[in-house]
Amino acid sequence: MSDSVLFFLIQVLNGVQQGLLLFLIASGLTLIFGIMGIINLAHGSFYMMGAYLAFSLTELTGNLWLAILLGIPLSVAVGLALEFLLFARLYRRDHLYQVLLTYGLILIMEEARSLLLGDDVHGVAKPAFLEFSIPLTETLSYPVYRLFMSAICLLVALLLALAIRRTRLGMTIRAGAANREMVSVLGIDIGLVYRVVFALGVALAAFAGMIAAPVASVYPGMGSQILIVSFVVVVIGGIGSIKGAFLGSLLIGLADTFGQVYAPQIAGMTVYMLMAAVLLWRPAGLFGRT
Amino acid sequence: MRRALLLLGAAALALFPLVGGAFYLQLLAKIMLMAVFAMSLDLLMGFTGLVSLGHAAFFGIGAYALYLLSPEYDAADFWVSAPIAISAATLAALAIGVLVLRTSGVYFIMATLAFAQMFFYFATGSKLLGGSDGVSINVRPNPAILGWTPFDLGNRVQFYYVALAAMLATYLLLRMVLRSLFGHAIQGIRASEQRMRALGYPVFRYKLAAFAIAGALAGLAGYLSAAQYGSVNPEFFGWQMSGTVLMMVILGGIGTLYGPILGAFGLTLLQELLTELTKHWLLPMGVFIILAVLLLPQGIGGLGLAWRSPRPEPVDD
Repeated sequence: MSDSVLFFLIQVLNGVQQGLLLFLIASGLTLIFGIMGIINLAHGSFYMMGAYLAFSLTELTGNLWLAILLGIPLSVAVGLALEFLLFARLYRRDHLYQVLLTYGLILIMEEARSLLLGDDVHGVAKPAFLEFSIPLTETLSYPVYRLFMSAICLLVALLLALAIRRTRLGMTIRAGAANREMVSVLGIDIGLVYRVVFALGVALAAFAGMIAAPVASVYPGMGSQILIVSFVVVVIGGIGSIKGAFLGSLLIGLADTFGQVYAPQIAGMTVYMLMAAVLLWRPAGLFGRT
Repeated sequence: MRRALLLLGAAALALFPLVGGAFYLQLLAKIMLMAVFAMSLDLLMGFTGLVSLGHAAFFGIGAYALYLLSPEYDAADFWVSAPIAISAATLAALAIGVLVLRTSGVYFIMATLAFAQMFFYFATGSKLLGGSDGVSINVRPNPAILGWTPFDLGNRVQFYYVALAAMLATYLLLRMVLRSLFGHAIQGIRASEQRMRALGYPVFRYKLAAFAIAGALAGLAGYLSAAQYGSVNPEFFGWQMSGTVLMMVILGGIGTLYGPILGAFGLTLLQELLTELTKHWLLPMGVFIILAVLLLPQGIGGLGLAWRSPRPEPVDD
């Protein structure tokens, strides 16, 4: 294969990898909105929290795997606590107050991060056995860690789809999204379902932050950047649709990667132009309910 | 009662330069420009029922327009550059409005945020717009007409009065708009879009017009803010900017015109106070916002309600 074809394929891999990572964040966002009816601006902060957890726990334990293993239950705990303390009070409130409260939460999380860990940019070491690249030609190679990330994200996406389609909990979640009153009349504790969904969303976003930390580095403001791209994904895919979030994530990942490589002048904007096109074509998103 | 309070407030602001020091003149001028910005957002949120989290897009366009219209070592003509800046913001609002108004509710919140962020990244990456460092406007725009200079934007006291005039003019303009047939129609849309459509109103066009007016006023606020500090950076487009102005509207009292003004004063002064106390002022600010949401179940607009006079009033301003 010629170099330019290989280069193109590498960009495809990069785009898919970025898209799959984005899916972990966007799926939580879309689930939390679709099921609980809450617009969560602080979702990007959970991604940031994950990355910083990976950084500080790796410093502490010297091992990224251990950090992730410790980080996941910690994020679930944070999710449960926040749902109990704050979000449970928002279910019947107007979107305006959800926006306001979650905006306040972003400010708190950013400052807490700044107080505890400072404002420096940090790197996280890749695990040693994944710290190499597959040589493709004399000049081109592909880092194994990125392949590993894609595989893990894909696995999580599959598990999520299976859990929602095949398990009893997934059934309840889908029922709760369709008709909340009916589910509670049937004797199912909808509050518990909400708590689980919220904690799941937080854990997914934080996990994305953890595995992305070695590639993306850890920096202030990483949360808001990913949040806004996730919003674009959700707008494109259709709110509440996991399938839409998956397709939207891949589209955005590819559009962004190819934009940066082939049209660097407008690189930051390709994602938004895609969103504009989808809004013109299908205002409720690709898989949205109109 | 309320009218008397508002007149009293305006008079106090008009007399303030007689006693206020340079720092406070500058601060209050900044607040009054934010009040223009906040009132323009309230036209969307409080009166048309459109919660936008991307209103900073038009603020930033007004600001960058002044930069692009200013020669490097010379002043831009105020009477040319201001109308162009406002028109640019209006046109952008029309273009974005056509897209985002196809959505509603939560989609609208997300889509407006995303479009504002598009401008943010464009400004951050653009050489022409100075990248993430931003740009400086070396000479303030000059409002001379045929050799006669009515006011000087470089003079702190005179700038203060320009900001005050902008705020009062915006208030009066929006009051006029809201009392017109158009104003009643958009408030009808907020109450029930379906019913307005059934009555034969072109709902989309009315919403687009409201979006464009709000964009124009935000552009004016951005233009004057750029003129005040002589510098513009991508933060003008930033979502913190959109979030701050949204908080001003809600905390001050959504759906009133004086509410956003109160919000602009309250929030900026609180921010000023907290920055004095600690470098990490965003932490107490975040706690304050969350407590405000949790402790006022009727909505923070309830605070605004407390300011209203007890007798029932027509809903027209």
